[in-house]
Amino acid sequence: MTTLDILFGAVALITAASAVLAVTTQHLVHAALWLVVTLGTLAGCYLILGAELVALVQLLVYVGAVVVLVLFALMLTRAPMGSSPEHSSSSVQRIAAALIGAGTSALFAAVLLPALGGELRPTRPGDTKGIATQLFGTWVWPFELLSLLLLVALIAALAVSRMPPRLPVSGVPSTASGRESA
Amino acid sequence: MIHLWVPLMLVCVLAGAGAYGVMARRNAVLVLIGVELILNAANLLFVTMGSVLYDKLRTGHVLTLFLITIAAAEMGVALAVILALFRDRGHIDLSEPGS
Repeated sequence: MTTLDILFGAVALITAASAVLAVTTQHLVHAALWLVVTLGTLAGCYLILGAELVALVQLLVYVGAVVVLVLFALMLTRAPMGSSPEHSSSSVQRIAAALIGAGTSALFAAVLLPALGGELRPTRPGDTKGIATQLFGTWVWPFELLSLLLLVALIAALAVSRMPPRLPVSGVPSTASGRESA
Repeated sequence: MIHLWVPLMLVCVLAGAGAYGVMARRNAVLVLIGVELILNAANLLFVTMGSVLYDKLRTGHVLTLFLITIAAAEMGVALAVILALFRDRGHIDLSEPGS
């Protein structure tokens, strides 16, 4: 065991535990807050791996923006604040989901661990300058396409949220009444 | 120096937890949390490989930055869809059929 192993293992334990809690807790708001812990400690994992730029972007975008969006969505959909077991799925579905989740983990482990798991590798220095040079050199077209994607996503989100609600008129096809009310 | 099985095990756990979250949850926002966990497992795999492989293009780290951007865009659109669903149906329970 090297120092990085122990450091990474300690942070990874918190990440894994909070990820499991985020998908199993009965409190809707707690799920979002455990997601904050998962994403924050994952940024710590990136830092330990020497990817400081990715870690900072993770903190800014995920912890800063995505989690706020999730909390907003929970509030706007009037999520109950306390424990809400009536919102949880049936135990059969949960057991099946746990089996499939464990199967996914086992599949990933069976592919990744024999191929790469035994290797002891030095981590590369973060080299933000080198990443920036590559980002605006080799990767500049995908980068510009991503800005276009963000613009499209912004307009799409606006268009979807401005969609008129369907009117509960009986006898009239609901999609037609929705269109007319626009 | 790091043994690669440590980050790879975390990738496996995150992907499994995300898959469980997608399938076991009924609230649409909580399903999205599972999707985020799966995306973060992919990110961690990218960063791990980018940190131990000496390629000139820094593919692992750059693709992680791209994936984070795509995930943010996906999240924005998905939450807009969820809000539209809530206004239409009054709930976002995915186990109940739509009208």
